[in-house]
Amino acid sequence: MAQIKSLADLKKMQADMLSKVELREKAESPESHVQIKVAMATCGIASGAKTVMEFFMDQLDKRGIGAVITQTGCMGYCYAEPTIEVTLPGQEPVVFGYVDTKKADEIIEKYIKTGELVDGIIPVNYEKID
Amino acid sequence: MAKYKMHLLVCGGTGCRASASDTIVEDFKKELEAKGLKDEVQVVMTGCFGFCEKGPIVKVMPDNTFYTQVTPADVAEIVAEHVIKGRKVTRLLYSDPNADNKHISDSRHMGFYKKQIRVALRNCGFINPENIEEYIGREGYMAIGKALTEMTPQEVIDEIKKSGLRGRGGGGFPTGLKWEIASKNAADQKYVVCNADEGDPGAFMDRSVLEGDPHSIIEAMAICGYCIGATKGLVYIRAEYPLAIQRLKIAIDQAREYGLLGKSILGTSFDFDIELRYGAGAFVCGEETALIHSMEGHRGEPTVKPPFPAESGYLGKPTNVNNVETFANIPVILLKGSAWFASIGTEKSKGTKVFALAGKINNVGLIEVPMGTTLREVIFEIGGGIKDGKKFKAVQTGGPSGGCLTEKHLDTPIDFDNLVAAGSMMGSGGMIVMDEENCMVAVAKFYLEFTVEESCGKCSPCRIGNKRLYELLDKITKGEGTLEDLDRLRNLSQVIKDTALCGLGQTSPNPVLSTIDNFYSEYEAHVTDRKCPAGECKSLMQYVIDPEACVGCTACSRNCPVNAISGERKQPHLIDSAVCIKCGACIEKCKFSAISIK
Repeated sequence: MAQIKSLADLKKMQADMLSKVELREKAESPESHVQIKVAMATCGIASGAKTVMEFFMDQLDKRGIGAVITQTGCMGYCYAEPTIEVTLPGQEPVVFGYVDTKKADEIIEKYIKTGELVDGIIPVNYEKID
Repeated sequence: MAKYKMHLLVCGGTGCRASASDTIVEDFKKELEAKGLKDEVQVVMTGCFGFCEKGPIVKVMPDNTFYTQVTPADVAEIVAEHVIKGRKVTRLLYSDPNADNKHISDSRHMGFYKKQIRVALRNCGFINPENIEEYIGREGYMAIGKALTEMTPQEVIDEIKKSGLRGRGGGGFPTGLKWEIASKNAADQKYVVCNADEGDPGAFMDRSVLEGDPHSIIEAMAICGYCIGATKGLVYIRAEYPLAIQRLKIAIDQAREYGLLGKSILGTSFDFDIELRYGAGAFVCGEETALIHSMEGHRGEPTVKPPFPAESGYLGKPTNVNNVETFANIPVILLKGSAWFASIGTEKSKGTKVFALAGKINNVGLIEVPMGTTLREVIFEIGGGIKDGKKFKAVQTGGPSGGCLTEKHLDTPIDFDNLVAAGSMMGSGGMIVMDEENCMVAVAKFYLEFTVEESCGKCSPCRIGNKRLYELLDKITKGEGTLEDLDRLRNLSQVIKDTALCGLGQTSPNPVLSTIDNFYSEYEAHVTDRKCPAGECKSLMQYVIDPEACVGCTACSRNCPVNAISGERKQPHLIDSAVCIKCGACIEKCKFSAISIK
């Protein structure tokens, strides 16, 4: 409920509020951002996928990487949970298995930031009908 | 504050609220609290999404899932399945009737949304209109910030002129030019007025902007005040819009609290404040001079122009009157630039237009398309085609001031000049679609009934002329018209158009002229054959009993209030059409579906 006394105040408030409405902005055009889907079915949740999701949300924000993070149902790789699917803008999706916070960190630093592939990729064995 | 991982956007426009969307918001909050998800999932009540046919709408972000026709009973399932388990509730997804009822969850793939560019409606369905901070988060009030600190009033006016923005209330007058004229007339006090009367029946474009993004109007009015040298703004809003009034009041209070309205805005020497004035629902008060007189406390009657309000308006001072939608475009023009705005639309009509699609169309609701989109695209692609697979007959644009466009006009690119050339006008954006079961004479009569009621009575052509037009149309629909009456309709319409004092009278004969020109054979059928081809004019219809289906049970004859039905028991009955008053009681009573209307 602050008084806005100058344009600088307004700009600051906008920057503060941006993170709150950003989620909706990015979701309108997800292809231009990094898309991460975290499998959160029973096997995923039991293996700690929630922690991984929160880690991504927190760290990507801190490291200034714009991303759309959603949860999905079971992707089928129950033996390798927690699993995530990462789609960099303009690229094919890549699925990673056995993701804990340490692996998530590696994925952010290596794959998301530089495109360098990381161990533990599960080869794609499905096709999407859209 | 914990970071939300999911936002649930629930439509809070009047249409969806009438279907309990506010209960849906409350129920979501309660359910999320019960499941311990209150800090992870945010429930946001937004403005109108436009897809009113399928409301109440709930949009889940960031996975961009569009749920339709949601009821409070669905809330628990959405939370349990989608929020917690990540599984979409398929039965609530939109299913496209033009694509084998395939479910579509991303609104960008829907025929309804694909061709839309939301400029005036940019924040509707996106932010909570009752929270100024969400508006600010979307670059709200940055336009006025830019204007006050980096631009002179003339520079802002030049930018608006370059954008090519034309009035969206129906007149289509270049907005930048209007502001320039007002700015050049010197006075000790000037006024900025927002016309939120929205009198056209069936139109709700302005209502949706006011309910869904009231701050855009506040910001635009302040920018206008800066340009023309006014410190006072007035919004004339019809009292029949309680939700819009409530949201506007909340927005004005918040803007004042945050120092964005009042004295020394953003630390500059610019003062501006806004007051609300309520209309009592008179269509004529949408006309700017009548509106001004109504605000002054007089009866809403127009006065002759010139002098235009920019020279002498409210309380005799220079006044700039603009429509809600025109104002809604201003902040985004200043932020994105006039060149961006001018890149959308046609040569003489820049930008987008909001239309309220209604009538016999599948996707009834609010749309915003670039100028130049064809009528065919709007009706068949965005609108989803005619309801129940019937045949398109005509589309009325511009409300009671406009005309009917037919099949041969379907490929006309929509813009101000093209619609006038086709015999109609843009108006404020109402589009009523008609099918083969609409009688065009009845349509003309409906609009005249409206304008007769709404005429202020000041000038004879409108007061007396419209009434005579209505009486002639009424005669024709009752099968009592003559061919001379058709000529009379044409002549009288022209006279009224040429001599009426204000826009109401000058345009009220348009529905008559346009339907007579495009559907002359239908008028002829009413007059010479005493038949209504569309089957709408009850007086010209005959109630007939099918002798093969009738078993002679006498249920109809016993219930006929005028004893028009004769017949022996177990023998087919007969209706005397001279006596029949066409009340329909016999059809209701017949258990053998033997009675039909021809």
